[in-house]
Amino acid sequence: MKKSARILVFSTEKISDPAVDMAGLLKLHYPPTVYTITVPCSSGIKPGWILHAYERGFDGVFIAADGSDCVYGESCTEKTGNLVADTHERMKARSLDPARLRMAAICSVCSEAFVKQIRSFNEYLIKTTNA
Amino acid sequence: MKERIGVYICHCGGNISDYVDVEKVRQAVEHEKGVALAKTTLFACSDANQNDMVEDIRTHNLDGVIVASCSPKLHLTTFRNVTERGELNKYTYVHTNIREQASWAHSNDKEGATDKAIRLVKAAIAKSRFAEPLYPNLFEAEKTIAVIGAGIAGMKAAAALADKQTEVLLIEKEHRVGGHTATWGTLAMTEESGSTLTERIYHDLLRRENVTIMTGTEVISSKGSIGNFTLKVRKRPTKDGDPVETAEFTVGSVVVATGFDSYQPKEGELGFAQSDNVITLPEFRHLIDRAEGKELVYNGRKIRHIAYIYCVGSRQTNGENTYCSRFCCTSAIHASILVKKKFAKINNYHLNRGIRTYGKQELLYAESLAMGDLYLQWGEETPPAVVMEGKGATITLRDILSSNRELELEADLVVLVTGMVPRADNSVGTLFKLPRGRDRFFNEVHMKLRPVETVIDGVTIAGSCQGPKNITESVNSALSAATKSFSLISKGTLETEPIVAEVNSDICSWCGKCAEACPFDAILQKEVGGKTVAMVNNSVCKGCGMCAPVCPPDAINLINYSSEEIMSMIDALA
Repeated sequence: MKKSARILVFSTEKISDPAVDMAGLLKLHYPPTVYTITVPCSSGIKPGWILHAYERGFDGVFIAADGSDCVYGESCTEKTGNLVADTHERMKARSLDPARLRMAAICSVCSEAFVKQIRSFNEYLIKTTNA
Repeated sequence: MKERIGVYICHCGGNISDYVDVEKVRQAVEHEKGVALAKTTLFACSDANQNDMVEDIRTHNLDGVIVASCSPKLHLTTFRNVTERGELNKYTYVHTNIREQASWAHSNDKEGATDKAIRLVKAAIAKSRFAEPLYPNLFEAEKTIAVIGAGIAGMKAAAALADKQTEVLLIEKEHRVGGHTATWGTLAMTEESGSTLTERIYHDLLRRENVTIMTGTEVISSKGSIGNFTLKVRKRPTKDGDPVETAEFTVGSVVVATGFDSYQPKEGELGFAQSDNVITLPEFRHLIDRAEGKELVYNGRKIRHIAYIYCVGSRQTNGENTYCSRFCCTSAIHASILVKKKFAKINNYHLNRGIRTYGKQELLYAESLAMGDLYLQWGEETPPAVVMEGKGATITLRDILSSNRELELEADLVVLVTGMVPRADNSVGTLFKLPRGRDRFFNEVHMKLRPVETVIDGVTIAGSCQGPKNITESVNSALSAATKSFSLISKGTLETEPIVAEVNSDICSWCGKCAEACPFDAILQKEVGGKTVAMVNNSVCKGCGMCAPVCPPDAINLINYSSEEIMSMIDALA
């Protein structure tokens, strides 16, 4: 059994990227099989990208969402929630465990929260996917 | 599709190469499709490397450039500019972060960090293949600048900005200006009192027509971003029954100068709060500034022997304040000289952990030694013990300077040389989402390359809100922050990223979902070849991408973030 699951993180340029960067600055370690792709806003992530990640062997996808801090407006939280719900449905249809997609609002200074989320997600994925 | 990409992998001195095998990364990517050149470099940001990159772009006829180095927050602009100097469109440049997101995040796992760096660079190459030339949009920036906090740093920043003929709003929560400095008597090195100094700067500001000073005023919300921040402020009532007034201002950039709190020792820490004869350095300063007569009297008792215990609340081995507070050695020695000059019979005992009167402040240390002050040095493992006896204190310590001998001394007054801590009230930091470092002070983007800047574009930090500083250092940082804040908006126009949504009209058959999702009303209907399709108004589109996931036939992509690009990055990372 592997110690670390392969996790794709969608992070946002202005809000969660600074937190992910600061986690490194503070040497808050997390598994090195966690990779970040930057997008402008978490509500612009396409479900197809997430499904593609599972097809390519990722164990989990984590959306480091803008939450109420989104620079593009308050509707971000709801829209990100919608796309996650939509993806969950599509995952169920493909017999994928919906819990392999996780979302949490990560503010620009939430480095510890990010690392905590990733570590717990990693543990879940190792347990459930026998990664 | 890029076919001649140049890839540069940075050692960052050792910040990257100590944990990531950069040569292995280079070898892993040099034969990737589209890569014409792959190099490692000691410092990608150095002038020499930048010039080499410009030369490489020309001689190798590169059509895309990638640097794998630190966070793009630090050097994206640097390398976009290098790309432009090589006469490539700057948006063909792709940056990847193998420092904060590989070497530092996985410094406990070199193999893992190296493998991750390889995949991150491959993903950047995948993205680079699609990177097309783009042209930024311009918008008008507000030229007023807000300075939050009117201590010595905030006031000097405001004066420096006023010199640049820009409008300045100086916003202070307290009902008076001057911060900590205004409460201090004679200052070290210059012999002027703190209040005289701050009054002088305040009167200078009052004479300036382009400075608006708002005291008793708090910033309660901030909206917008660089060039156009809307700050809402609330005037604090001076007495009960006064109306609470609020107002809104638009500013182009913000200097945060919210200062520090003095460390407050815990009850029982070196006898603090257990006896009236144990006081902090700020309390001692107030005592000697006000004391008159031939003898120093405190609590009805004549004071002859004063023990100063250094590094209280700083350089903690077991606490969270591991930093040195910089100003306190000088401040304590200066206070001890003042008290001895004022009251001849005083004996000073400095119980220190190594004196740090750096630079010219060393003169004060020499003066204190010449006056006969005694210096005893303790180590972090064996702090002094303070026992209150009668009206005085007995202090025991192991003195490093006399072979760790245990010494005992009696003092009438114990002064705890307390350092600086971050403001307990972090409301301004929370408003602007300013990151704080391990020391809990506000974080600069880079202490050497981008001091006073924060990751929040348009917000700079001045003075001791960034970390402990003496007055000279606070003023230096304030002048830097003022200049930086001004230079950000001085052109009057700012560039926005040309990242907008694009509709594939072959696939679109207008359902209106994208228009519903757009928070900026940037999507219109258009007739193309006899059918109605969606069209993006580029001057209104902000590039959030909210329209893209809701499109049923997947006809919308954000430039630079198309499905093709993202999926090819996922392939590279998998």
